[in-house]
Amino acid sequence: MLLIHCPYCEEARPEVEFVYGGEAHIARPLDPSTYSDGEWEEFLYIRSNPRGRHHERWRHTHGCGRFFNAVRDTVTDVFETTYKAGEARK
Amino acid sequence: MKRFSGFNLIGEAFRSHQGWPEHWPDKAPKASYDAIIVGAGGHGLGAAYYLAKKYGITNVAVIEKGWLGGGNTGRNTTIIRSNYLYDESAHLYDHAVKLWDGLSQELNYNIMYSKRGVLMLAHNVHDVQSFKRHIHANRLNGVDNEWLTPEECKAYCPPLDISPRTRHPVLGGALQRRGGTARHDSVAWGYARAASALGVDIIQNCAVTGIRRGADGAIEGVETERGFIASRRVGVSAAGSTSLVMKMAGLDFPLESYPLQALVSEPVKPIFPCVVMSNTVHAYMSQSDKGELVIGAGTDQYTSYSQRGAFHIVEHTLAAICEIFPIFTRMRMLRTWGGIVDVTPDRSPILGKTPVKGLYVNCGWGTGGFKATPGAGDLLAYTIAHDEPHKINAPYNLDRFRNGRLIDEAAAAAVAH
Repeated sequence: MLLIHCPYCEEARPEVEFVYGGEAHIARPLDPSTYSDGEWEEFLYIRSNPRGRHHERWRHTHGCGRFFNAVRDTVTDVFETTYKAGEARK
Repeated sequence: MKRFSGFNLIGEAFRSHQGWPEHWPDKAPKASYDAIIVGAGGHGLGAAYYLAKKYGITNVAVIEKGWLGGGNTGRNTTIIRSNYLYDESAHLYDHAVKLWDGLSQELNYNIMYSKRGVLMLAHNVHDVQSFKRHIHANRLNGVDNEWLTPEECKAYCPPLDISPRTRHPVLGGALQRRGGTARHDSVAWGYARAASALGVDIIQNCAVTGIRRGADGAIEGVETERGFIASRRVGVSAAGSTSLVMKMAGLDFPLESYPLQALVSEPVKPIFPCVVMSNTVHAYMSQSDKGELVIGAGTDQYTSYSQRGAFHIVEHTLAAICEIFPIFTRMRMLRTWGGIVDVTPDRSPILGKTPVKGLYVNCGWGTGGFKATPGAGDLLAYTIAHDEPHKINAPYNLDRFRNGRLIDEAAAAAVAH
């Protein structure tokens, strides 16, 4: 089980308090009606799925309830950092 | 290849079995091949075998990063069934089940396919309705599946607790009698031995490090740890690592890789006669021929390539197992392990051509790829040989994520992941 640092609660809590929210920094379309099928595919389905540094979202469901972003190594599962939603990609 | 037969077995008995040759020779890569398969799991070796056997392309190499059958082929729970809801899925998985039948004879290798039946338990009204819908859909597609009452479930699988006082009461079950298990390592070894006998080169411990494309964008070959190997046709069957291989060709795929765990108990006398699945409480179990109870757990919630999962996932599964089968509450678990499964957005595989000429893919089997091994191998081989998908795998193209024709089976292992 992972130990995850919540940037809002400012403490490390066990993984079962959190829900994984998928890859981070995927922006919703600003003008959806102009999106082509290819752009929808890119937004909805294509994921980077890297081996190594991965930017991802987590939600502290059984804590403060807020979404935040994290950088985790997908080979070792070690978190490099976590940061608040809205902050620049790290 | 020296065939396994009663006659040869008796002959070898007189000379202490010293005359059996190696199953497949370890080959150094040649400069070029007619086709290359990336990934020597059951699917990839199957594709190489069928390319050589059915489609007449014998100058084939299978390139493997680690050792043969060491990925998800050696890490699954060996369950075979084809009771899928949608027509496309029923055709795809039943194609595989038909090939499982007689595979031991075809490969001259005992893969220990045991049609012991797969029983899927219903615990609530929704399950009952959903399973009956599956049964009717399956029968229209010629796939056997039948409804059992709780008493019939108990008769088919005696360790089951069907008393109404349990936390997860059994309201009935859907039974596919042709479903069952096979010995997963034997499947990889059998395909490797048979393919090798037909002239296929199996190259292990040789990671693919790049994919070379020509000026027109078509495939020219693969860069490996042992040098460049030329081929106009490359089939990728790399399971959890497919995203990485596809990036080498400049393609981004709709895949995410998750750890999926399984575990076995200490071996005991035969007690569990079939495969039982319960998708509501997330538990599925069978007993191997060695006597171990083989139990499948769920995926972790996050993507990872670590080939290990969290302990609370295992705990959750075992809690459900103990509730349904109180007889096993004092059973000790022997080993747990994890594999990396590549999951698509609709939980159905991608099997066909890619936007790159000469590059073919078989991936996205998620949590349920073992059952499809012969079918996936055959269809990938067909697609490579004809440069066109077979009508069974035509719906499993990459374009469906663009045009929206998803095959939303959503539960490849029949359990809620």
